[in-house]
Amino acid sequence: MSAELEAVAEEAEQRLEVAADLDAVRAIDAGVLGKKSALTAAKKKLGGLDPDDRRAAGMAINELRTRLERSVAAANDRLAAGARAAQYDAERLDLSERLSQIRRGSLHLTTQARDRLEDVFVGMGFTIAEGPEVETAWYNFEALNIPEWHPARGSFDTIFVDLGEPEEVMLRSHTSPVQIRTMENTEPPIYIVAPGRTFRTDTADATHLPAFNQIEGLVVDRGIGLGDLAGTIDEFVKAFFGGEVKTRLRPSYFPFTEPSAEFDISRPDGSWLELGGCGVVHPNVLANCGIDPEEWQGFAFGFGIDRLAAMRYQLDDIRELVNSDVRFLRQF
Amino acid sequence: MKVTLSWLREFAPGIDGDPVELGEILSALGLAVEEMEVVGEIVDGVVLAKVLDLRPHPDADKIQLVDVDRGDGQPLQVCCGAFNMAIGDLIPFATIGTVMPNGMEIAQRELRGQTSNGMCCSGAEIAMGDDHDGILILNDRVVNGAELGMPIGQALGIEPDILWDLEVNANRPDAMSVAGVARDLAAALGVPFSFPDHSITTIDEKVGDLIDVTIEDPRMCGRFVATVLRNVTIGSSPAWMQNRLNQLGMRPINSIVDISNYVMLELGQPNHTFDLAAIPNGKLTVRRARDGETLVTLDEVVRTLVPNDGVIADESDEIISLAGVMGGATTEISDSTTDVLLEMAWWDPPSISRTVKRLNLPSEASTRFRRGADWGDNIDRAMRRFIHLAAESGATAVDGVIDVAGETPDRTALPVRTAKVNSLLGTTLTAEEMAGHLTSIGFGADVDSGDLVVTVPTWRWDTATETDVAEEVGRMFGYANIERTVPKGTVAGGLSQYQQDRRLVRDVLVGLGCDETLPMPFLAPGDLARAGLPEDGVTLTNPLHAEESVLRTSLLPGQLKAIAYNHSHRTHDVRFFEIDHVFLPAPDGQLLPDEREYLAVALSGSEAPAAVEVLDVLDRALALPNVQLKPASPAGLHPTRSAEVVIAGRTRGHVGEVDPAVLEAHGVEGRVAWLELDLGSVLDGPHGTRKYTPVSKFPSSDVDLAFVVEDSVAASAVEGSLRRGGSPLLVDLELFDVYRGPGVDEGSRSLAYRLRFQAPDRTLTDAEVATAREACIAQVAKKTGAVLRG
Repeated sequence: MSAELEAVAEEAEQRLEVAADLDAVRAIDAGVLGKKSALTAAKKKLGGLDPDDRRAAGMAINELRTRLERSVAAANDRLAAGARAAQYDAERLDLSERLSQIRRGSLHLTTQARDRLEDVFVGMGFTIAEGPEVETAWYNFEALNIPEWHPARGSFDTIFVDLGEPEEVMLRSHTSPVQIRTMENTEPPIYIVAPGRTFRTDTADATHLPAFNQIEGLVVDRGIGLGDLAGTIDEFVKAFFGGEVKTRLRPSYFPFTEPSAEFDISRPDGSWLELGGCGVVHPNVLANCGIDPEEWQGFAFGFGIDRLAAMRYQLDDIRELVNSDVRFLRQF
Repeated sequence: MKVTLSWLREFAPGIDGDPVELGEILSALGLAVEEMEVVGEIVDGVVLAKVLDLRPHPDADKIQLVDVDRGDGQPLQVCCGAFNMAIGDLIPFATIGTVMPNGMEIAQRELRGQTSNGMCCSGAEIAMGDDHDGILILNDRVVNGAELGMPIGQALGIEPDILWDLEVNANRPDAMSVAGVARDLAAALGVPFSFPDHSITTIDEKVGDLIDVTIEDPRMCGRFVATVLRNVTIGSSPAWMQNRLNQLGMRPINSIVDISNYVMLELGQPNHTFDLAAIPNGKLTVRRARDGETLVTLDEVVRTLVPNDGVIADESDEIISLAGVMGGATTEISDSTTDVLLEMAWWDPPSISRTVKRLNLPSEASTRFRRGADWGDNIDRAMRRFIHLAAESGATAVDGVIDVAGETPDRTALPVRTAKVNSLLGTTLTAEEMAGHLTSIGFGADVDSGDLVVTVPTWRWDTATETDVAEEVGRMFGYANIERTVPKGTVAGGLSQYQQDRRLVRDVLVGLGCDETLPMPFLAPGDLARAGLPEDGVTLTNPLHAEESVLRTSLLPGQLKAIAYNHSHRTHDVRFFEIDHVFLPAPDGQLLPDEREYLAVALSGSEAPAAVEVLDVLDRALALPNVQLKPASPAGLHPTRSAEVVIAGRTRGHVGEVDPAVLEAHGVEGRVAWLELDLGSVLDGPHGTRKYTPVSKFPSSDVDLAFVVEDSVAASAVEGSLRRGGSPLLVDLELFDVYRGPGVDEGSRSLAYRLRFQAPDRTLTDAEVATAREACIAQVAKKTGAVLRG
């Protein structure tokens, strides 16, 4: 019997080796291992044998079955791999052929600069304050210790709005009104930066816009002085521009701070670039907001955002920032 | 304010050193150096020459022939293109071989057959002023003893000098003078500072017999000092004075005006001269103008005055001068003037500021009065200096001055706490150290029990408080010497929820392929109407350009301009977004406009559903509660392709497409999908709440249903009915086909939905799914009249 079965198995194995497709393998599989196969028939006859012969024959049958199952699996694997390879070949794509134009949009350069600035200051413990672009003379000037007759008023080149009395309502000429609005509504300690658009009666040219962006910082806490201001500016500049950039303060004048200073940052060639203005908050400004200047002291600073954005990419014409030209916007 | 090294050294001879380093010190004192230049260096080879003869060039109209004597007594012929010389004039003459500042070398040349042996020079050609127009005539400017052929610098008494142009802040009236700058710089360098003593002689005549001054408004005029100069002859001022005036940017006029300017520049004291003959009985009254009074000022303009304006009136109460701002025409010095009333006063800075601003009449004098001139000894010093300089041209002063006092700022001793100063500066200075810094610039400072008692000098009008004094201590101590510290705040930094959400919105839109734009918020008149919007934007009072005279009430006009701009540059399909302020008309009883932050998305080349898709993505990003589209025809938008965006029961924006009529008006072809949200309202409103539902572990069943729906019924209504009917087993719903055409009635369309039913706790039976399906169909039929498509 075993020789007979061995012959069947060998024949099946020869056929499996040359089987052309999975259906042929399935047919061979059914023929040698199925219910009507010689192997199955031999297994059914085992019951008629004496126990010793039965054990030996059973083992032989099982061995043969296992051997055939492996052969079938090998044939299946061989054919499946070929079919997959054929599929791969048929599905070949040139990935550089792209018809659809999914593209990421872009954040405006000013927004990118503003976000970076905000993030640096948030890391230094500041929150972000915002305020309206149309302001009253109180917020834009008077509360900031710039009375109606003050010569500094003229230097702001303010754009006024046809509301209220003449020169009562204006487009804010700096972000400093946000200082006042914050101090009016917040108990110290205050640590804020206020980014936003500001306005001057400038004709737009390569380096000027009548509407541009500034960021303003304000700290009101106990014992705050000029040294804290210098240290904060230094730390901000290191974080934003890199550790090698140095800062310096030069005495200056703003009605809303005293002492006041301009602050400069060092250029790689050793020269200085004026970045913005700063100072210790004037006691009149604190008092105007209901904050006791004996108990609280503060500092404030401010500088242009667009200019930083323009510097970073060496823009030769700042008007690109407001032209909405996709050829410009999509570069960033 | 411009200063020269030589002039500074007249007050502090110890000022010396590298000009760049001195400039750094000035900047560190708060007198920022805007420009530094070497002046008075006149190119070698340019000499003083005299015009001997002038005659036409025989063959040229635009040049003439000039014979000059350049020191050897011989006429030397040159061809010259300027015609402002007269025979006998003294001029700068560039001899052959001279290399001019512009690099040109002077050589002998032929011009249409005539030899030219050098060049007659304009001021600009030898770096003496800006005048290009004619040859510089030096007749009145050469020093005594100047000879023809002398190097021009020597002939004019000009020596090389350093000129600094300083930015002087509004709180530094003292630094609007050479002496004031010298005081600061000398203190910083630790060298002595003093005023030269200028002796004067006077004639016996008493000033009191000639003039009489009354101050009617002591607030306006703190001090009025006057005297009389006799034997005045109006001529040219000496070369050295003209030179200094030129260097500091003032044009020499005549001997009296030049002295007036010189004294102002040197000591910071503006002054005014009247023709005494034009003042009846020398009687002057200082008062405020009465409403509507007029004065013809020096510039021959009739000025109508208001009660704020300070004026000087004569005996008959006629106004003869606008105090501190500009003199009157009737008393102006003329060539025939022989007696001058010289006035120096202190005027109330705010009053001067108001007058200057109202009349738009800024001047060197009023700039100094606005910042607060010195009402103390400096007036007496300036008086003597004027008289001293005038004596050089033969004028003599009468005996004494009229000195009338009004109200001057309080200068009682100011207590200053050392601890407060140190706290404001971040320093640990002792009272003695602070006193040292203050006295170095003329403050009085006594140490009393560790604190200070400070007397602020009269040349520092702006300085009146402890904080003002702290600033001076800091300035003289040096900002660079202050230790840098970082405050140890206890406040946690961070973005507000609003700011985080706004960043999320921007990031989502960038992910959707939109480019952010930030146009300026200005519109031209008519822009709103052109965008189909009401023309109710807030207008600007003083725009520089009409195109920038209206504030936007919507982001639509700006976006349309941007799209049209890009179309004109051949980019047709743009996807823009903008988050920025709009300015709606001020509500009743409110001064400021209703300023809001809007979001706009403009997709050119896309139809309305593209904008709705953007809204859907934002809805998902922000977890907006119950976003509904309410059919509407918002201004500027396509009336049958737009809707109001209702979020949590409130209209917070519009979505759809821009009105084709509006696009046509902007020259934009194709369609523009549009979304505009009141972002402030959206982000301040309810959003961001997400609820977790456990994911069901049981199989789901899908059912497709197509309905024939009349066009007047919104798909959202069908969808709402399906959700209601299928609740709670309906877990997902998707519109997968819209069909119009054969088989569906005209005026209706087929909407095909895929519904997914699932229970959280069991496998649904076929019967349960069938029941849910029927409930959906029934609900749709009941609410919308739509029937299942057979």
